[in-house]
Amino acid sequence: MRRALHSAGFALLTVWIAAPLLPLLIWAFAGRWVYPALVPQDFTLRAWDQAAAPQQQVIAATGTSLGLALTTAVTATVLGALAARGLVLYRPPAAGLVRLLLLAPVLVPPFALAVGVQEVFVRAGLSDQPAGVALVHLVPALPYTVLVMIGGYATYDVRMEQTARTLGASRSAVLRHVTLPALAPALLASATLAFLVSWSEYLMTVLVGGGVVTTLPLLLFSTAAGSGNQALTAVLGILTVAPPILLFGVGAALLRRHRAAWADAEPASSSSSAAPGIER
Amino acid sequence: MPFLSSTSAPGLRLERITVTYPGHREPVLDGLDLDVDDGRLLALLGPSGCGKTTTVQVASGLLTPGRGAVYLRGTEVTRVPPEHRGAAVVFQQPMLLPHRTALDNVAFPARMRGRSHRDARTSALAHLERVGLDALADRYPRQLSGGQAQRVALARALAAEPAVLLLDEPFSALDPSLRHTMRDLLTTVQRELAVTTVLVTHDQTEAAAVADTVALLDRGGLLQQAQPADLYARPASLAVARFLGCPTALPGHVTPQGRFACPLGELDLPDAVAHRGPGHLVIRPEAVQLGTGPDTVAAVVHSVRPEGAFTALVADTAAGPVHVLLPPGRPPAPSEHVRLHLPVAHRWVVPRAG
Repeated sequence: MRRALHSAGFALLTVWIAAPLLPLLIWAFAGRWVYPALVPQDFTLRAWDQAAAPQQQVIAATGTSLGLALTTAVTATVLGALAARGLVLYRPPAAGLVRLLLLAPVLVPPFALAVGVQEVFVRAGLSDQPAGVALVHLVPALPYTVLVMIGGYATYDVRMEQTARTLGASRSAVLRHVTLPALAPALLASATLAFLVSWSEYLMTVLVGGGVVTTLPLLLFSTAAGSGNQALTAVLGILTVAPPILLFGVGAALLRRHRAAWADAEPASSSSSAAPGIER
Repeated sequence: MPFLSSTSAPGLRLERITVTYPGHREPVLDGLDLDVDDGRLLALLGPSGCGKTTTVQVASGLLTPGRGAVYLRGTEVTRVPPEHRGAAVVFQQPMLLPHRTALDNVAFPARMRGRSHRDARTSALAHLERVGLDALADRYPRQLSGGQAQRVALARALAAEPAVLLLDEPFSALDPSLRHTMRDLLTTVQRELAVTTVLVTHDQTEAAAVADTVALLDRGGLLQQAQPADLYARPASLAVARFLGCPTALPGHVTPQGRFACPLGELDLPDAVAHRGPGHLVIRPEAVQLGTGPDTVAAVVHSVRPEGAFTALVADTAAGPVHVLLPPGRPPAPSEHVRLHLPVAHRWVVPRAG
């Protein structure tokens, strides 16, 4: 009974999430489609050809988005990990205040934040260039990476590193053999989140990019609002939606493999508190 | 033979170590001197907060002392980083790498020294065998019980072939029965390899059970370092006596003839008492007996409290309260008049503090 409910709920959720994507798929491949036909009369790749044309900027925008998202994923995760390490392991004075400040970008209304940030970036001469946009994407991404990495460090015991040092491991060996493997799930989750934040970021990109830096969401917005080209809009929609879904799939698979490698089969006599404080 | 040393220098020497943590005014270690004989096991005993863990941190190189010097087998290593020092640490938790099997955990130190994978695993298996866990070599840490994991941690530390093995409360998280097994394993392995070892513990029974020498630490300084039996029989100070479970301290003074003058009269002392002048007579509760006859002192029972199968008794004498641990039987009641026998061989005098 419970299992049936569980499956039904899961199916409902899947439909709920997937249903809006279906028209997107149809539009992207629709040829002639006139009222009152429920589905297009024929299918074509015309919209995709269109998207591939240089003057549409689709390929360039995809590249820009990908570059920004990867940069943000790496940078925000490294910074988030360092901040979390400091906050959790060394408990500095006013740690609560620092944590609040780091989370502030998601607490403040996005518009208020974006306008303030734009002002700062313009004064610093960082507006209207990709580097500035890459930097500004850190603002909404950092709260998430900090939060995730604080969670990652919460079950982390720094004495694992200390033990490894006394057993002959240099600092870099400790990072490679102890810290990174232990934090891998959190790092992966953090990088995924940061990638997604940057990938779908609109407001900050518009304000700081100044129209010079065109990303996929910007292109999607202007195409949807101004061109009347439904098919091209659908193609852009798919290009925008697909990478996050792929990323989640790959991330989940990696995490599952990671867990499997650590857990294997539980021992017959399950005394669970084998190593408290290391990794649950 | 990495564990053997040809010199007669102590395996580990700490010289006037002072450590003050940032934001604290009082140093946690205050000019600590400590020698551990080469190949011997020293128990570092003391209440929590006395600086035991900090001592381990300084000896291992995880912490650089503000002042003082660390020597391993006669070589100064004060500023040598932990990975080049050869002082392996085992903490209360095993700190095994969760993504590696027991075998690969034990192979870790050899791998860090650049040995081949195959080579490291071969010697790792020998170390696992030493702690009796070669059958579980392929298990991951979370598939091991607490005791098994700690044995792997011990094997891993030994696999580093350390100049000194530093054990920071390694058995405190284990069940009491398991703790005894682990102690036996430790002493066996330690004697077999003759590796200089420091065992940090707050448990005096554990210290006395395994150590060649016990160093008693309090408030960042060394109170006394002696063989376990001596520490109990001849405490250097009132603080040592109290920490080791000897609360009886009768004030008085030792006469030039070596007798203890107090309101109970002049009491005989063992010849070993060299102290003269003001001091406290101390005697362990388990040495005192109820008795009759000429060699006893009058007392009134103050309190009676069961302590396991034994009975803890406090009786007031003319010189002050005397604590008695009575074997199973029918104990006297409060306010009852009794006579206490204080065997001469168990009397000891510590200098008056301050």
